[in-house]
Amino acid sequence: MGQDKSLIIDGNEAVARIAHKTNEVIAIYPITPSSPMGELSDDWSSAGQKNIWGNIPEVIEMQSEGGAAGAVHGSLQAGALTTTFTSSQGLLLMIPNMYKIAGELTPAVIHVAARSLAAQALSIFGDHSDVMAIRQTGYGMLASGSVQEAMDMALISQAATLKTWIPIVHFFDGFRTSHELARVIDIDDSVIRAMIDEEDVVQFRARAMSPDRPVIRGTSQNPDVYFQARESVNPFYEAMPDIVQQTMDKFAELTGRQYRLFDYVGAEDAEQVILLMGSGAEAADETVESLLEAGEKVGIIKIRLYRPFTAQRLLKLIPRSCQAIAVLDRTKEPGADGEPLYKDVMTAMAEAIIRGDSDYKVLPRMAGGRYGLSSKEFTPGMIKAIFDELKSESPKSPFTIGIIDDVSHTHLEWDASFETSAVKKTTQCVFYGLGSDGTVSANKNTIKIIGEETDLQAQGYFVYDSKKAGAVTISHLRFGAEQIRSSYLIGTGQAQFVACHQDMLLDRFDMLEMAAPGAVFLLNSSAEQEAVWDSLPPNLQQQVIEKKLKFYAIDAYQVASDSGMGRRINTIMQTCFFAVSGILPGDEAIEKIKSAVEKSYGRKGRRIVDMNFRAIDNTLTAMYEVKVPERTTGKIEKQQLIPDSAPEFVREVTARLIEGKGDLLPVSMLPNDGTWPTGTAIWEKRNIGPEIPVWDEELCIHCGKCPFVCPHAAIRSKVFPVDVLEDPPVSFKYVPVKGKEFPEGMQISYQVAPEDCTGCGICVEICPVRDKSRSSHKALNMRKQVPLKEQESVNWDYFLTLPEYKRSDIRWRTMKGAMISQPLFEFSGACVGCGETPYIKLATQLFGDRMIVANATGCSSIYGGNLPTTPYSKDPQGRGPTWSNSLFEDNAEFGLGFRLAINAQKDHANNLIDTLSDDLDEDLVTGFKQADQSDEAGIYDQRQRVERLREQLQSMTGHEARALEGVADYLVKKSVWIIGGDGWAYDIGFGGVDHVMASGRDVNILVLDTEVYSNTGGQMSKATPKGAVAKFAAGGKTMKKKDLSMIAMAYENVYVAQVAFGAKDMQTLKAFMEAESYPGPSVIIAYSPCIAHGVDLAYNLQQQELALKSGHWNLFRYDPRRTEQGKNPLQLDSAKPSIPYVDFAKTEMRFSMLQRSQPDRSRELFGQAEKDAHERYEHYKKLSEITYENEDAAITSKEN
Amino acid sequence: MDMSTEYLGLKLKNPLVPSASPLSKNLDTAKKLEDAGASALVMYSLFEEEVREEDDLMDNYLYSQDIGHNEAHGYLPVSDNYQTKTDEYLAQIFSLKHALDIPVIASLNGVTVGGWVDHALEIQQAGADALELNVYYIAAEPDKSGREVESLYVDLLVEMRKHINIPLVMKLSPYFSSVAYMVRELQKHGVDGVSLFNRFYQPGIDLETLNIIPELSLSSSQESLLAMRWVGLLYGNVDISLAATGGIHTAEDALRMLMSGANVCHLCSALLKNGPGYLAKILAEMESWMEEHEYESVSQLIGSASKLNAVEPAAFERCNYLQVLRSYQV
Repeated sequence: MGQDKSLIIDGNEAVARIAHKTNEVIAIYPITPSSPMGELSDDWSSAGQKNIWGNIPEVIEMQSEGGAAGAVHGSLQAGALTTTFTSSQGLLLMIPNMYKIAGELTPAVIHVAARSLAAQALSIFGDHSDVMAIRQTGYGMLASGSVQEAMDMALISQAATLKTWIPIVHFFDGFRTSHELARVIDIDDSVIRAMIDEEDVVQFRARAMSPDRPVIRGTSQNPDVYFQARESVNPFYEAMPDIVQQTMDKFAELTGRQYRLFDYVGAEDAEQVILLMGSGAEAADETVESLLEAGEKVGIIKIRLYRPFTAQRLLKLIPRSCQAIAVLDRTKEPGADGEPLYKDVMTAMAEAIIRGDSDYKVLPRMAGGRYGLSSKEFTPGMIKAIFDELKSESPKSPFTIGIIDDVSHTHLEWDASFETSAVKKTTQCVFYGLGSDGTVSANKNTIKIIGEETDLQAQGYFVYDSKKAGAVTISHLRFGAEQIRSSYLIGTGQAQFVACHQDMLLDRFDMLEMAAPGAVFLLNSSAEQEAVWDSLPPNLQQQVIEKKLKFYAIDAYQVASDSGMGRRINTIMQTCFFAVSGILPGDEAIEKIKSAVEKSYGRKGRRIVDMNFRAIDNTLTAMYEVKVPERTTGKIEKQQLIPDSAPEFVREVTARLIEGKGDLLPVSMLPNDGTWPTGTAIWEKRNIGPEIPVWDEELCIHCGKCPFVCPHAAIRSKVFPVDVLEDPPVSFKYVPVKGKEFPEGMQISYQVAPEDCTGCGICVEICPVRDKSRSSHKALNMRKQVPLKEQESVNWDYFLTLPEYKRSDIRWRTMKGAMISQPLFEFSGACVGCGETPYIKLATQLFGDRMIVANATGCSSIYGGNLPTTPYSKDPQGRGPTWSNSLFEDNAEFGLGFRLAINAQKDHANNLIDTLSDDLDEDLVTGFKQADQSDEAGIYDQRQRVERLREQLQSMTGHEARALEGVADYLVKKSVWIIGGDGWAYDIGFGGVDHVMASGRDVNILVLDTEVYSNTGGQMSKATPKGAVAKFAAGGKTMKKKDLSMIAMAYENVYVAQVAFGAKDMQTLKAFMEAESYPGPSVIIAYSPCIAHGVDLAYNLQQQELALKSGHWNLFRYDPRRTEQGKNPLQLDSAKPSIPYVDFAKTEMRFSMLQRSQPDRSRELFGQAEKDAHERYEHYKKLSEITYENEDAAITSKEN
Repeated sequence: MDMSTEYLGLKLKNPLVPSASPLSKNLDTAKKLEDAGASALVMYSLFEEEVREEDDLMDNYLYSQDIGHNEAHGYLPVSDNYQTKTDEYLAQIFSLKHALDIPVIASLNGVTVGGWVDHALEIQQAGADALELNVYYIAAEPDKSGREVESLYVDLLVEMRKHINIPLVMKLSPYFSSVAYMVRELQKHGVDGVSLFNRFYQPGIDLETLNIIPELSLSSSQESLLAMRWVGLLYGNVDISLAATGGIHTAEDALRMLMSGANVCHLCSALLKNGPGYLAKILAEMESWMEEHEYESVSQLIGSASKLNAVEPAAFERCNYLQVLRSYQV
């Protein structure tokens, strides 16, 4: 064993370390929360790290998990030790191959960070629904409950699968274990080598497919033999459990850590026993220890090997004294009479009794319970509640724990204040921060310092809210002398240290609820020292006084600025933590932080290192203790987050989620079919923009460009007659609108939503007008938000009351005209300066009131549909986009389904009108027959007709009239949009996109091309350009970007457009309108700058222009209708490359990183990219210049 | 002809030294300069702003990638091989030292004292023979007095001198109330030489976009008169090396500069315009003129027409002004 090296890592890293060492090929597809395993493997292989055989594992990213499973299967069959990592939907996509891999008795491990399956909603969080969905594939299943176990089981499963020939799914809880930072003991290479039997590897290779000893597999079998062949594997499953136990024993000999297939923890004479697996077992272990101290007779069994399920071994562990058993499942099987683990145990108990080899003559009291779905907390209080329930005569079964089920009344009540004795032995710290402020990385660093420099055990778990940027982060840190099994969040009243790194969070959370009596409260506040106390809302002041907290404060942003750190406060807050928490003695702590800074930045960031040192030194003098008065001085009022004017659902449900009190919502208050209302983001005022644009109404030329480019719909324009203005607020601005398109007397106003604007400044950037006396002054100028907030909120609210301009009167072909329409996509949680959202917003302006959206998983489904709010909203008539995210791979097909359904119902409506034509007004029926809905006026007329139809139907009887009422709305044209990123369109969903293009149906496909998998953290897609650095292309992508437009144009019946809103806004507008009008499949590929490009998105527009000028991106429209007029369908809308490619590339870190790390390779790749850009343009140009003869002319000339 | 001269304690074979320019970014052109006869080489500058900007970029996009999204704690893989601008610069010093026989003078261009000492130490360690400090400071703040501006220069020098033992030369702008006083002060605090004068590039305005735009133009011989006057005034009043820079395009310009008292003449625009080989032409013409006029060595020439030794010393000062005005025919 020698010297045990300890590491501070999370579950993903622990598993990946072993997987990388013990495999030769790793084929993956990223999915939260398992992506880091693949990324780390790729990093290590790129850095030349070898496996135990001295070779560098080959890591490849596939186009989907289905593809990854296929590649894994193939690689195994051809004799390479192969593995993959996945979760949730990804695991489901692997199922077909898993049957095959198991059916062929192939040694392999799939490591799964277990995650919920998408049912009524998607969830990235952890439970066992995914692994339970594969239990019938024939794979073995091994569960880990902690980071240490995950590392250990990764090795045990790899060794065991080679011996048993049965593939194994090794799983651990998504986020709770996969992302928990903990101190673990590393496994030395010598141990890994000792565990993997070389003879097993030789045998594995001997069975591989090889022309040197050819066999066939994957035959097609018939009724005569399939059944027998299927049964032939039984001996392997019989032998497996023993072999796994032997493997665990061997591991114990080498490391001292002994695992068993099932581990019992508790009293020898326990009367109540709980069976469970995963991280919940750790919390249960801790709870049992505590309850034993209190004299309770309880125990748990941790289930490790779930498949094959060796019932007998399990039952033997149950103490004779046991009278009641609860089996916990972290999944739900609707319609079943019990969840999987419960049923397995029940069957085992019953069979044992039937066989007569059980200690029980009759079945004991048994209950099946569900817990922890989608990382719902599973705490000691809940575990105790289960034990208590088991004491009753007939324990509830099935039961749920952790929720309030007021519909089916399945839940058990629990005591939220129950604490285990372990809690008293650990120091618990909670930190509130905001997304990018470095709080999380500071805490990770802190854990590393403490874990590596002391003998303390350490644990870190990080909770993020649902926004993509500016999310609130809450870090839960624990330190203690003994092993920390607390697989749950720090509870109220338990934290010895509470820090608030952003003073704006003070009135959002009851954060001092978390504080234990006598705890330390650290606040980063920009208020003057004397004013800090008053800046606390009264509820927090109350807690400080009552709990006798020690209150420290610091103006961290000031210290940062003084030290030259800009807005980086992580090191400063970290220093404060060490100074006041007492975990490490002061000087020693400071020294450790400094050396950690050196280690992070290395010699490359000398200036940064020095600045950090200065900041650390300045921190100690800048932090001060706040004098706590006897009474609260309650000056601040807790703000009501959601106003009373909001709809009931928003006030009752959405508000709870926004407040962070969603856990308290009972089952009855949640939509049962996954349906949530739209128009909710408008109620959430985030106030994250330090500056907002101010309109100079005298300078403005009303061009309409600013509402066009705003990613958040935070600046809008409206045109209205002057006589609708009744008592406008004093500061509300409006002027007569310029131009002849509007009738006399019309006014225009450009208004900002001050509490929703993110302050990106893109609107100011696009504004073309400068004051001739002050060139820095434009028609829009950024000014500090705080002083303007109140006034502009009033103005915004007033602006909203002004009537919308009649859609049929809007001049849609002009920017000014189109931009006065209402955006029905407002205030999303997308990144500041996002390049995707302006396109979606535009579509909702043009078609929103009749738009149905199929949205692929990705950034657009997260900012579009991640609760608590959605930015999609409704117009004053209550119409607006209806939206759903089905899956990732099926998005195009999902949208096609919409079109099929809409057409079917429209046809049905038309048929019913025919049937009922005698009873309906003649001109109404004619009107429907001749309806022309090619413009807004036509659509408006059709809506009028439908109104009249409804009026007439009201007085009609008969089922046809009722049926027609049900489908009448489908007579109004609907716009089907299939939206997603390049990850979907180019990779996992391409098969569907292809088929939908070929179908010829009328749908609009919008590809938001960020050229990388943005949502999951920058993995390469086939849209990633040559020379760009991305995950799985760390050395710069070698292959060219896939040309999706060319593929689409090859069909010749697809409308195809490439657009870039920041470079040519009119072309974008045109393309969207043409796509919609085209009565067939339309594909718009939209260039979307993204933070993954490594550029400040304040430069969003400039980047688009550079992309265009360098030939990196081209603009064109391919309209098949043009051929009917004898014209070439392809129109190039951009000019040939006019600047060197490298002039564009050097402005983005995704390219410049390569220049700096591999200058020769970057020169080569950029040289090629430059050539490609020219050639590509020339190619498009040639295509656009082909002369198309008129079909009739061709035929005529032939005849002649 | 003995063309040798001494500069910053270095013995150089002739007084022609290319100054900081992109020519030294490339080993081939650097070699061409040496082949054409350059007696030393001043490298392209390492700019403080570039280093800072890069630090910020790296911090934003490499070290602090977490923007607060649960599914992605980073967006770009971080490479261990990332070569910063500083790394690149030091590597270039190393390469130039290996490829060339002539002394290599590194150049730092910046504003604050801050981390500059570290860079200077690294440069010294990389083997540079001397270090030119290009303190490119625009005194734009109305509440900073001339004295305060001057102490910026002095403070920087003092700090540098504490840590650096290779020769230090400061490239100055002409915008001091008293150039002579400034140079004396720098001498007092240990500078080994001064290079006169830096050309401050003046920005232009784009009439269409109303943006302030960079406008770069090469120098002309006309500009060399400024340095020539001051070199002439300083020669004999200070003990440190004097380098003349800005507008030296011909052998005549160079000879005049030496006569005023310069130890070396820097060439930049002339070489950018005409190529590295042009240096050989100037050198040859200088030698040939000196032979014709029966000079024995450059050291004999240096300072011969400075204020100290000039036929009409007062011409270096105000009198020259009236004379010039009178000589101009409308």
